[in-house]
Amino acid sequence: MEALLALVIGVLTGCGVYLVLRARSFPVVLGLTLLSYAVNLFLFASGRLVIGQPPVIGAATSYTDPLPQALVLTAIVIGFAMTAFVIMLSLRARAELGNDHVDGRSDT
Amino acid sequence: MNLFLAVLTPFIGAALVAWASRRGRAHAAWSAGAVALLALALLLPAMVASFAGATTIQRLSWIPAAGLDLVFRLDGLGLLFSLLILGIGLLVILYAHYYLSAQDSLGRLYAYLLLFMGSMLGIVLSENLIQLLIFWELTSLSSFLLIAYWRRREAARRGARMALAITGAGGLAMLAGFLLLGEMTGSYELSVVLASGDTVRAHPLYGTTLALVLLGAFTKSAQFPFHFWLPHAMAAPTPVSAYLHSATMVKAGVFMLARLFPVLSGTPEWTWWVGGVGLVTLLVGAVIALFKHDLKGLLAYSTISHLGLITALFGIGTPLAAVAGVFHIINHAIFKAGLFMAAGIIDHECGTRDMRRINGLWKFMPYTATLAMVAAAAMAGVPLANGFLSKEMFFAEAVTAGGQMRFGWLLPVAVTVAGMFAVAYSLRFIHDVFFNGDPIDLPKTPHEPPRWMKVPVEILVVLCLLVGIFPAQTVEPILAVAAGAVLQGPLPAHDLAIWHGVSPALWMSVIALCGGGLLYFLRKPLFALHSRLEGRLDARAIYEQLLEGALAFARRVVSLVDTGSLQRQALLLVLAVLVLGAVGMLGGQGENAVPLTGTRPQLPLDGLSLMTGLALILVTLAATVLHRSRLTALILISAVGLVVALVFVKFSAPDLALTQLSVEVVTIILLLLALYFLPPESPAESSNSRRWRDGTVAALAGGGAALLVWAMLTRPADSLADWFLANSVPGGGGTNVVNVILVDFRGFDTFGEITVLAIAALGIFALLENLRLRGPTHDSHGGDWDVDVHPLILATFARLLLPLALLVSAFIFLRGHNLPGGGFIAGLVTAIALIMQYLANGVAWTHARLPARTHPWIAAGLSAALLTGLASLLFGRPFLTSAFGHVEVPLIGPIELASVIAFDLGVYLVVVGATLLILINLGLAHQANRFDHERKET
Repeated sequence: MEALLALVIGVLTGCGVYLVLRARSFPVVLGLTLLSYAVNLFLFASGRLVIGQPPVIGAATSYTDPLPQALVLTAIVIGFAMTAFVIMLSLRARAELGNDHVDGRSDT
Repeated sequence: MNLFLAVLTPFIGAALVAWASRRGRAHAAWSAGAVALLALALLLPAMVASFAGATTIQRLSWIPAAGLDLVFRLDGLGLLFSLLILGIGLLVILYAHYYLSAQDSLGRLYAYLLLFMGSMLGIVLSENLIQLLIFWELTSLSSFLLIAYWRRREAARRGARMALAITGAGGLAMLAGFLLLGEMTGSYELSVVLASGDTVRAHPLYGTTLALVLLGAFTKSAQFPFHFWLPHAMAAPTPVSAYLHSATMVKAGVFMLARLFPVLSGTPEWTWWVGGVGLVTLLVGAVIALFKHDLKGLLAYSTISHLGLITALFGIGTPLAAVAGVFHIINHAIFKAGLFMAAGIIDHECGTRDMRRINGLWKFMPYTATLAMVAAAAMAGVPLANGFLSKEMFFAEAVTAGGQMRFGWLLPVAVTVAGMFAVAYSLRFIHDVFFNGDPIDLPKTPHEPPRWMKVPVEILVVLCLLVGIFPAQTVEPILAVAAGAVLQGPLPAHDLAIWHGVSPALWMSVIALCGGGLLYFLRKPLFALHSRLEGRLDARAIYEQLLEGALAFARRVVSLVDTGSLQRQALLLVLAVLVLGAVGMLGGQGENAVPLTGTRPQLPLDGLSLMTGLALILVTLAATVLHRSRLTALILISAVGLVVALVFVKFSAPDLALTQLSVEVVTIILLLLALYFLPPESPAESSNSRRWRDGTVAALAGGGAALLVWAMLTRPADSLADWFLANSVPGGGGTNVVNVILVDFRGFDTFGEITVLAIAALGIFALLENLRLRGPTHDSHGGDWDVDVHPLILATFARLLLPLALLVSAFIFLRGHNLPGGGFIAGLVTAIALIMQYLANGVAWTHARLPARTHPWIAAGLSAALLTGLASLLFGRPFLTSAFGHVEVPLIGPIELASVIAFDLGVYLVVVGATLLILINLGLAHQANRFDHERKET
């Protein structure tokens, strides 16, 4: 199971990096979205993989680590705010510059 | 406590005065004056105590965990400087009211002046050296603002930048010096440092420490060769020059010499460096002052010269010289502030400061002329004025000190020459301006200024004479306590009297007076000589060259990394991470080698998980391969997000799964909306080689991440989990530990995070303002985009679902403290329910039924969270301490009611407000776009 999750995070990271290196704003935003999935999963996994022991007192006999979950919960929401900001920035950039190249160049 | 309040008062007052100035200039002046008086009143008890020899030290616990306290100290030296700062500050406030023209913002000047006043008080009342340095830097900053007050003038901006660069650099050197002092003495508190003089002087790093501290003091006090910023700072309004650049801020440097006198003085290094620099500055300043045709320029160089005199006195290092130094600080502040104000009046009345054009003003303003002449006499050191007394003490000390070394006779000679030039430039100030024929081509016809503009000058001039004629009755008590605080020991016998009998000092005074008159008489040939030599050696040119060099270097370094290409930047970033990661992974060779796989037992892999994981990988790869078709890629990525939520479900994180699910919905709606305004396809523009390069980098990054995760997951975990699990119910009153952490244990973090969310939403609002977006009118097949704008079935169901969705969200919110849920998730659910209405029924329909602006929701949410936190302070507990108890509700039964529910409500409101703000405003841009189309068609 650990190997599978490692593979998943690896693929998410790799694809995210590839898309971030593209020249147009929309794929870059998609790449950032993938990267934030990868980072959130990574942080979450720092509590190790535990099945069927949610950190709700009384729901089980032992519990998984609640701290990474609390960290990731706010990270997900902030990730949304960041994605929203970047996509709006790219809309504004397109309106001001007339193209959606990340450097504002229309020639390449 | 009241010392702390006294320092704080001007800072708070600055904002108040800026606000009061909206109601008129008089309001601004009165409130600024009231602030200074209040600060003075707060200091009064400690001031009275310091006359009895007491040192008031007040401590305010600040960050006890780091051993940091705010400590303030008022002793004789602090008393003297506080009086100068507040007393002259009050006079300057009165004067500035009349000096500034109606177009200039008086409120802004007063606000800056009060900021400066607070910073300066902070310097002279600090017990802790680091704290002192913070205020020291604050004076540099407020001085920058004040010099650049007329911000449209280039000279003002340049002067401000130069002053900031020089004094800021000196401040950094002084910080290093203070750190060394702290290391040597084991404490940053002055009480300890002042008592450890022997330790410091015997330390091998004494020379370095001294040099660093002196760099700070010399730059601030405009000592040679850092003197050149002061004349350029004269671009400031004259009240500022009078206050900062003669009476107070430039005295901060000599204040440091006086403050650390018991620690650093008494060595040959001190004598040579401090005394030498002081003497050179004294001479250079006095000589240049004579040749300045600008009234303020003359006064600026004269200030430099007098600061050199004070520095030289401290450099001589005998107790008596230190007393004379303190005395001259007082005298110079009084007469030079008066002179600057008189120069301001002349400038104000004549419209120019050029002494070659201003002549014969005696006929126009005899009263102001009299005041200015008395102050100038004090500057020259004429008997009966205060400057004479301290200058004679200086002459006497120079004779004594000169008698103890080889070529010592040079010292009295140099000092007398400087005295001659001082007399000459004072004479020039009087004779050129008030006599010497008639004015030449003045922009205005001068006459006496308004009554109250002269009052501050009158007060200062009267003080000059009182101190000059009755020194023992007026200045002696305050001089005694201040000098006692400088020496930290018994005062030497000194006699403040006008007549000491016939002594060498008296002869030097006589020679200076006569020689100065002669110099002034010979000024015409001297001016001719000077104009030929001018510009040969200019410290400013060296400064400009250094500055240019530094800027060019910085530009070269930046251009190495930043080529203006985001792709290149991103690539460099990933490569840097790869290199660091590789070093970390491969670094532990040999006996340091660490196995990649840890010892933690692994979970067995089941078929369903394998299928899900492989599906996730395939969908991610497909999205990447197909990324040029943007809509396809976006839909695939939404599937990735949903599977990630499943991962959270699988591994015991129901809260995360709920959050991920709702955020995913919002994100995809947002990206879909945005995509409408962007091209549907990305052009194929990367070359094959570039794709291979990026693919390789991406594969390496992904592989590295996978290895890292593997190494982490197979190792045993050691975390704070047990503490949180054990304390969640007894300490936080909730069984959902994740929610208790969010709203209680780490509530401060959550507070920060919702603030970030709010800022992001407001930032997006600003980005979208006045944005006109062009969307396509037809899809890629040529059909109309909006055939059926709001499908009837969707609209009807969305309306029906709204109450249900809100109920679900309320349920999730209320149960959040004990079961998966809480403010974040409930907020997202509510936001989605409301966004559904916009999508199904249209913006106009929904806008008519909902508040159009969600900014107030964000504000209400942040306030709720903040107030909940502050409420616990009322009960004497730390910020955001929670309280909880059981409440019996009829029919429903016992409910656990915790104070954090109000905090969670704040989180809820911010999330709803921010999410709606973001999406609605993008929707509105869409709407505006559609109206544009419709208008075009009709």
